[in-house]
Amino acid sequence: MYEVIGVAIAIVIAGVIAGLFLKGIDRKLAAFMQSRIGPPIAQPIYDILKLMQKQTIIPATSVRWLFTGAPLIALTSSILLLLYISLSYVCYIIGLQSPVQGDLIVILYLILLQSIAIISGAFASGSPYASIGAQREMVILMSTELPIAVVVVSIAWHVADSMYNPFALQSLFEYTLWHHAGAFGVLGGILLFLTMILVLPAEMSKVPFDQAEAETEIAEGMMVEYSGKLLAFLLLSDAFKALSFSALIVILFFPYTFTSLFGLSFSIGGYSIIPLVEIIFFLGKVIFIYSIGVTVIRVIMARLKISQVAKVFLFAVSAISIIGMVLIMLDPKMKMI
Amino acid sequence: MKSDITYPLNIGPVHPAFKEPIKFTFRIEGEKVVGADIDFGYTHRAIERIAQERNFIQIIYLLERVCGICSFSHPMAYCLAIEDVAGIEVPPRARYIRTIVGELERLHSHLLWTGVAAHEIGFDTLFMYTWNIREKVLDCLEELTGNRINYAMLTIGGVRRDITPDNAQTIHQMLEYYEELYNRTSEILLDDLTLRARTEGVGVLTTEQAERLCAVGPTARGSGLMKDVRVDYPVNAYYEIPWLKPISPRDIGKEPIGDVYDRMAVRVLEIQQAIKIIQFCMENLPQGDINTGSGAVKMINTLKKLEGEGIGRYEAPRGEVCHYVILDNQEHPVQIKVKAPTYSNGFAWAPMLTNIEIADIPIVIASIDPCVACADRMTYVQTDGSSTTISWEELHAKSIQKYKGARKRCMK
Repeated sequence: MYEVIGVAIAIVIAGVIAGLFLKGIDRKLAAFMQSRIGPPIAQPIYDILKLMQKQTIIPATSVRWLFTGAPLIALTSSILLLLYISLSYVCYIIGLQSPVQGDLIVILYLILLQSIAIISGAFASGSPYASIGAQREMVILMSTELPIAVVVVSIAWHVADSMYNPFALQSLFEYTLWHHAGAFGVLGGILLFLTMILVLPAEMSKVPFDQAEAETEIAEGMMVEYSGKLLAFLLLSDAFKALSFSALIVILFFPYTFTSLFGLSFSIGGYSIIPLVEIIFFLGKVIFIYSIGVTVIRVIMARLKISQVAKVFLFAVSAISIIGMVLIMLDPKMKMI
Repeated sequence: MKSDITYPLNIGPVHPAFKEPIKFTFRIEGEKVVGADIDFGYTHRAIERIAQERNFIQIIYLLERVCGICSFSHPMAYCLAIEDVAGIEVPPRARYIRTIVGELERLHSHLLWTGVAAHEIGFDTLFMYTWNIREKVLDCLEELTGNRINYAMLTIGGVRRDITPDNAQTIHQMLEYYEELYNRTSEILLDDLTLRARTEGVGVLTTEQAERLCAVGPTARGSGLMKDVRVDYPVNAYYEIPWLKPISPRDIGKEPIGDVYDRMAVRVLEIQQAIKIIQFCMENLPQGDINTGSGAVKMINTLKKLEGEGIGRYEAPRGEVCHYVILDNQEHPVQIKVKAPTYSNGFAWAPMLTNIEIADIPIVIASIDPCVACADRMTYVQTDGSSTTISWEELHAKSIQKYKGARKRCMK
């Protein structure tokens, strides 16, 4: 048990650094694609360190307790989200018995909780820009909810045929979407993966779905009144969410470990370093998912209008996810098992 | 059920969407704009007043600084106005060099605008791309004139620097570079799906509205008005170009409706047109003098013996720029009036900004390529700090009174 608590603390500390580096890699990669030099990869870390030393201004028109409380709730919920998603996986790859199984429904709620905390903070700030941003974020939340729910339900449906717990993240390590699926299942899985890749930029508030923070329209929208430590908390929460949402996609679709794929073993001076290799491999997958889901998409597209976003998610993305679900349900090979 | 709850939204004077201070107050209903009010006056620099303190030659370099981008067009219109009063004949080679520099400016101004427009709708890659390729024309201008932006190329009666064979080589290389890139660039700008989704049908200015509100430049041409000072009142080498005609979206086979997309199409086509004009001028560049040969002191001495009024019109990248001067036996014009293109196009904002979404505000405002500092006028503030509104009739009467007074003083 003490080992698991140690692992959890290690995950949070590593999560801060990994999440901020993920943001830095995103910026550097985008800069490379736009033929710029770009900031150093550690720039988000420098930003946080600087913001921590700066004055925190609280607007006179704001609802003080909500305005200051919201970033803390957002940070707490995103840390919880990261722990909930990665604790069982990290325990799995380093060979510990995990006390949490990682319930997918709870993960859905935690993802929502972080956004709702930021929305309440924005409404409490009393700025019209922040209000517009918060309204837009709510529209995006509501329209992305259906596709995410469909993905989770389809995967649970797939797992339900096995002896594992359908809504537990842990079941997916042993019983992946691809292993026991026929042609329909694989096709459905690809569509579900596509859905999650399209939802990722909306969850991260990045172009083309960054209406809530649109810099040239509403001047950073929801974040407009935040400064100093409170802004640092929001940025940290954003980094945690980036890491955990990408990690969720990795676990849902590519939970394979390095050793299971290549069957190699590593050791230095008699000690096995497989856990270290596994964690680096996992982070590599996370960076890859974030790069294709956020960096590439934000580089090749312009920001859409909020009315267009609602249409994209309610019609196109929901349709893709539902077709994926139907294909998985129809998969004949699964029925046999 | 239609709700009647609206709320105000201030955009500006300082806002990330604008590069210069200007204030818009919108009435918003949900995400829709139901009313707009524009407030100028945050960046007035009294250039016209300062000009009355300087001599004729110094004013050229002062007027280059009216606008950050039209740093050729403003002194060009001023030189044309002075040449109009003094009846100075400009040598042919100088006229061609003026045309070349003017078109180089148009090239870099339109590339700059495309970048700004892309940034307004969140397409930062296009912004980086256009500003990156814009470096080439700036390098060319630097080699030609010594400066990237404020060229100091013009003088009354000609230009100050010749195009040497080395410069000609650079210009040819630059033209080849842009000809190669043009197809790719225009494809991104005119065919990209998200860009079209954000610009088509947004900020419509109908032909009638454009005509009634006296829109100029790409704003007017995007609405289908065939209006271009280079064609209608040609100066420099423009009247020697047989194929020159105003650009309109019809050139890419699209009937203009006056939305942001049409204005963008006009600018993209004008990039191509500018390349062609420079090519024409380089091929037909005549030999000879590049100015009248009289130095600054001699020129000032000639001009200070003159009386009369002159007007200079020139097609800046943003539209028609018009300078009016009154001379009265002094070392400086007694009156100079600058009318920048944004001053005309600003009124076209009113119909464009109604019935759009909040998301469209930045791109619609940017679509006329506003240069706020050029167009800014003084706000009349009373000594107790309260402000008054002057009616149109009152303002009209006041301006007539002002210019009649100026004329009377010097043309007895």
